[in-house]
Amino acid sequence: MAQELGYLKETPSQTAGPYVHIGLTPNFCNISGVYDSDLGTTMVNDKTLGERITVTGRVLDGAGSLVRDAVIEIWQADRSGLYNSPSEMRGTADPNFTGWGRCPTRAEDGVYSFETVKPGIVPYKDGRRMAPHITFWIVARGINIGLHTRMYFPEETEANAADPLLARIEHRERVATMIATKDGATYTFDIHLQGEKETVFLDI
Amino acid sequence: MSDRPNRKPETGAFFARDRAWHAPALTPGYKTSVLRSPQRALLSLDSTISEITGPVFGHSMLGELDNDLIHNFAKPGESAIGERIVVHGRVLDERGRPVPGALVEFWQANAGGRYRHKKETYLAAIDPNFGGCGRAVTDEDGHYFFRTVRPGAYPWPNGVNDWRPAHIHFSIFGHGFAQRLITQMYFEGDPMIWKCPIVGTIPDRAAIEQLIAPLDWGNTIPMDSRAYKFDIILRGRRSTMFENRPEGN
Repeated sequence: MAQELGYLKETPSQTAGPYVHIGLTPNFCNISGVYDSDLGTTMVNDKTLGERITVTGRVLDGAGSLVRDAVIEIWQADRSGLYNSPSEMRGTADPNFTGWGRCPTRAEDGVYSFETVKPGIVPYKDGRRMAPHITFWIVARGINIGLHTRMYFPEETEANAADPLLARIEHRERVATMIATKDGATYTFDIHLQGEKETVFLDI
Repeated sequence: MSDRPNRKPETGAFFARDRAWHAPALTPGYKTSVLRSPQRALLSLDSTISEITGPVFGHSMLGELDNDLIHNFAKPGESAIGERIVVHGRVLDERGRPVPGALVEFWQANAGGRYRHKKETYLAAIDPNFGGCGRAVTDEDGHYFFRTVRPGAYPWPNGVNDWRPAHIHFSIFGHGFAQRLITQMYFEGDPMIWKCPIVGTIPDRAAIEQLIAPLDWGNTIPMDSRAYKFDIILRGRRSTMFENRPEGN
């Protein structure tokens, strides 16, 4: 017999369910007076450095129907490619930028939206550069474990071509599912949970 | 985050998630998963700095009643109706180390199984003094606690006669975005647990048992509240052995 490794098992995930808003965005579902505001609503303020952008889109199921009860969280670097996190050892991120946002998809049209800044470049493990990207995490009724993906920027053609994560996508036509479309300062990123246009999701 | 000033932030990549321990995406017994589950394989990658880092929330964001669901929505002098309980536990990682400064958010139905949500149409009554949301930030040893009423079971349109066991939803932030987790806590001894299609999405009985909070008699407050203990385990992270770069990426 060898020694026991002694590691614990991760707590298993369960779906966030249809009433996830009660816990994560109570003001959004008319539970007012408990928290001043919903966490993650505001990522920037007047002093935030960088190019202001809007990131918006919808979540669609395998039948092409809108998912109107999802909650999306995003996590990203600041303009200089630094994360506002204690584990960021390369420097100090912009104190006026949280890097993290949370937004439900609206019941009427299934749309989510974030006001943020375009992230800078961050390094991959081996020092190569990852193209600017925003990390997405999607939970909803019917999703047993939160789905991770990334949004990349369509104008970053060269950086995207050299990105170590995008390079690993074997079926090249699927790379497009991780790249937003751009209209002025607005990036649209639809997430397809299943089917022909299925977004690439990550185990990371 | 200054809960543990002498402890250096950790920067190692996370242990790979054991996806055979978690529920698969497609679990037809839970009908909504049929059209909301990816069919393609996930793209696997060792964590990068984008997942090793994550937002951390200080205790300063908390209001005085944020972890008291009996009072945080109630009119002055009133309180929610139901069995008064305390839920407490620790947030640890897979190595057994406490996760200080972890934001734990929770939400639940009232004592009759009714959620305060406009989409909810169950005929059990709303409790005018119960909102159903709360949050806490773990202390330097990873402890959290909150006070609430025990939620009721409630019926849902899945099978003809499906009922959820009494449960409290939990959302947890560790120190890295790769640790992000949402789960549900169940109550020891509830016979509904073993009938539930959502519980049944988890293939391994031992994994299901990890979601069942035991009655914690020792921490029961006499003449006030019974206690349940619910520990939460987040992904562990590698030590940064033999990493060329001190930041570990």
